[in-house]
Amino acid sequence: MDAPKQPLLAVDDPVLHAFAEEVGAEGPVAIEGNRTRWHVGGDLAADARVIKAPTGMVAYAPEEMTAQVRVGTPVAEFHAALAEKGQRSALPERGGTVGGAIAVGQNALSMLGRGRVRTSVLQIRYISSEGRIISGGGPTVKNVTGFDLPRLMVGSLGTLGLLAEAVIRTNPIPEVSVWLRSDDADPFGIAATVLKPSALLWDGTATWVELEGHGIDVAAETAALAASGTFREAEGPPALPAQRWSLKPSELLKLTGAEFETGEFVASVGTGTVWAAKPQPPRQLNRAAQLLTHRMKAEFDPPGRLNPGRTVETA
Amino acid sequence: MARSALKSLQSLKDLAGRASRSGGRPADETASDPLIGELRAALSPDRVRSDGAQKALMKKDASVFEGGVSGPLCYPESTAEVQAIMKLAEKYDRGVVPRGAGTGLAGGAIPLGAPIVIAATKMNHILEVDLDNRIAWVEPGVINLDLTKHLAPMGFHFAPDPSSQQVCTIGGNVANNSGGPHCLAYGVTNAHVVALEVVLPSGEVTVLGGLDAEPLGYDLRGAFVGSEGTLGFTTKVAVTITPNAPDVRTLLLSFDTVRDAANTVSAIIAAGIVPAALEVMDQRITQAVEAYVGAGYPTDAGAVLLAEVDGLADGIKIDAERIGDIGRQHGATNVRQAETDHERALLWKGRKTAFGAIAQIAPDYYLHDTVVPRSKLADVLEQIYEIADRHDVLVMNVFHAGDGNLHPLLVFDGREEGKLDAVHAAGAEIVTASVAAGGVLSGEHGIGVEKQAYMDLMFTDDDMDHQARLRRAFDPVCRANPGKVLPMGHSCADIAALRSVPADVWG
Ligand SMILES: Cc1cc2nc3c(=O)[nH]c(=O)nc-3n(C[C@H](O)[C@H](O)[C@H](O)COP(=O)(O)OP(=O)(O)OC[C@H]3O[C@@H](n4cnc5c(N)ncnc54)[C@H](O)[C@@H]3O)c2cc1C
Repeated sequence: MDAPKQPLLAVDDPVLHAFAEEVGAEGPVAIEGNRTRWHVGGDLAADARVIKAPTGMVAYAPEEMTAQVRVGTPVAEFHAALAEKGQRSALPERGGTVGGAIAVGQNALSMLGRGRVRTSVLQIRYISSEGRIISGGGPTVKNVTGFDLPRLMVGSLGTLGLLAEAVIRTNPIPEVSVWLRSDDADPFGIAATVLKPSALLWDGTATWVELEGHGIDVAAETAALAASGTFREAEGPPALPAQRWSLKPSELLKLTGAEFETGEFVASVGTGTVWAAKPQPPRQLNRAAQLLTHRMKAEFDPPGRLNPGRTVETA
Repeated sequence: MARSALKSLQSLKDLAGRASRSGGRPADETASDPLIGELRAALSPDRVRSDGAQKALMKKDASVFEGGVSGPLCYPESTAEVQAIMKLAEKYDRGVVPRGAGTGLAGGAIPLGAPIVIAATKMNHILEVDLDNRIAWVEPGVINLDLTKHLAPMGFHFAPDPSSQQVCTIGGNVANNSGGPHCLAYGVTNAHVVALEVVLPSGEVTVLGGLDAEPLGYDLRGAFVGSEGTLGFTTKVAVTITPNAPDVRTLLLSFDTVRDAANTVSAIIAAGIVPAALEVMDQRITQAVEAYVGAGYPTDAGAVLLAEVDGLADGIKIDAERIGDIGRQHGATNVRQAETDHERALLWKGRKTAFGAIAQIAPDYYLHDTVVPRSKLADVLEQIYEIADRHDVLVMNVFHAGDGNLHPLLVFDGREEGKLDAVHAAGAEIVTASVAAGGVLSGEHGIGVEKQAYMDLMFTDDDMDHQARLRRAFDPVCRANPGKVLPMGHSCADIAALRSVPADVWG
């Protein structure tokens, strides 16, 4: 029996080792992707050294539905490689990098169809505050081995470790994708009739639905939608206002637009994400969760050198 | 679960031995014990037990491992009572071990270091079904299948469906991040937990996660799910409820060899189809199931593949046909589609009672749980048969093939001289072979005490150090479920907790 000489997740990639060297063990340091979500979680401390994460696809196994990628890689480039094999991922494509998408943790517009970022990260590698390479999770699509570091890293804004590489779950691109728009449909009624829309958006008047799957199913669902309103094919989703709100799906039932400065919003029905011009009023963690957050930061980054100035408490 | 008491791995024996040696009086705790007195005052006398018979039951879960003697057994009915227990555990410096139905297969719920057992049994209410948010709030002791039955009239179900779903609890599912046949398309428990009320080891209550789209802060709910009771006790869970698919098709494909079945699975996924479920059973298990429930499986096939697709009628008809075609291209000797609900239910009954069927063959079994890349399934299975043969242990394979999750089932009679050692030796080789193929230690059963010694096959010391940090942030003194998950030496505080049992208290 050939037992592995070293742990499965031990790292031999020289690129990652060079990156760990660059991060080092001292002084404030931050990572930049494409700066598309640069200000989420607060402004970076002025004295922080800014570096970039390594790039490139390490391994891609379409038949396993997994891709191992260095997180400095732009999401668009990552997705282009997946598309060659008829696949995609849950990461939002908005001009940023894979690492940025994981660190910020916000879902794609079509999250109902593509899945959530938090469940798509199977394995994560990051550089610790001490400058060490740490791996968590595992390379397979299913895994419960040990404590779930990948979950902790998604949405952590790089405050617990500087992300270097990830194994991302991939998914087949459906045969057909269409966007439909209606000016007289009740979006909440649709949520109950369409089995699995990939996106369902509403701006207070118009409704957009993204349907995906077998052509024959999409045709059937399009036909069924006629009962709820007049739908016609649309180019795509509407333009989104800049600020992101996180509400409960049920709260959308009561939205009138009066909450937002301009009265303009786009709501993702069924998920609770809303885009508006005005930022969401600050949210607060409960006391115990706040304490846990501080302890987590103190455990992972005792000197507070990783992405100083940023915090997940106000994101 | 009929199974004789088995001795466990050496390290575990040492651990349990240490735990019990630190005690001294091998008898019931008396009612004069101040801890018990305070617990009874906080709950009620009948919900704090310390009699030997009850405690003997708690020594085990559904694994082959046996813990030390537990401390008092508590059956709280509310979050406030769990809090009171946690505070008393702190006051008396005792560990606590959360317990659901005790169906865990990695020894997660067994007591080490004389902990107070917090049983979820009486916290078994479905609190609210919130259709607007598509979630249900449940207490941790709710049985998995009871929730799905409760949701059925509303047209929903709880997606994670472990084979043990008739008995296991949602709290246990959360703690182990459990999976099931239908998690291939729908995701494991972690994908279905949106918020958790948790009593932390400090006694504080908090809600992790939230019903809103992207809750603020670190994903502490994600960190809690799968933490095997080591981060606290969950007292309420908000789970997503999944609409029942309008249509479903269930196929049974027969093959001459397990290799053909495994390669079919890999080819289906490679073709871009993600079925709701893809389960493989080898000939030995198929024969056992047929003898047990008569599910209509072919007993002359080398392996069968149970494939299910759900969704809209037209699309799944296409998928079902493609799956049949792929099967035939990979050597399927027969492709059968369930024609009625009854036939479909019977096929699933066969799959889900597979473990019950084993009791007919030998008194004991040891169920392993590893994951390998799907493309390695056939090779690793071949190795597993070879390993078992070499150790003269009977192995059967029934597994979640769609996500590469193997469940080699070692069947034996523990009374036979040296058999258990052979079973452990074969198990160790199976785990090692899975990891060598690029796989992981556990797909759904967890680490518990079973696989602590294997953690270094996957993780470096630095990796485990970081896992210990996550643990410490929740539980600086490792009060919750001491002695589990991380190997000794990677969670020093655990050892301290095990030793800290006062000498005059029966451990
Ligand atoms: C025949 C059989 C088939 C099985 N099939 C599957 C399967 O298909 N998929 C699968 O994933 N598993 C399966 N299992 C394993 C087991 O059923 C699952 O792990 C299940 O989720 C355990 O639930 P339980 O209520 O029995 O938990 P227990 O065994 O009582 O406890 C398991 C762990 O959860 C912790 N825990 C329990 N309740 C809480 C709580 N409220 N708060 C914090 N921690 C808690 C315990 O401390 C322990 O570490 C099977 C087991 C058997 C015996």
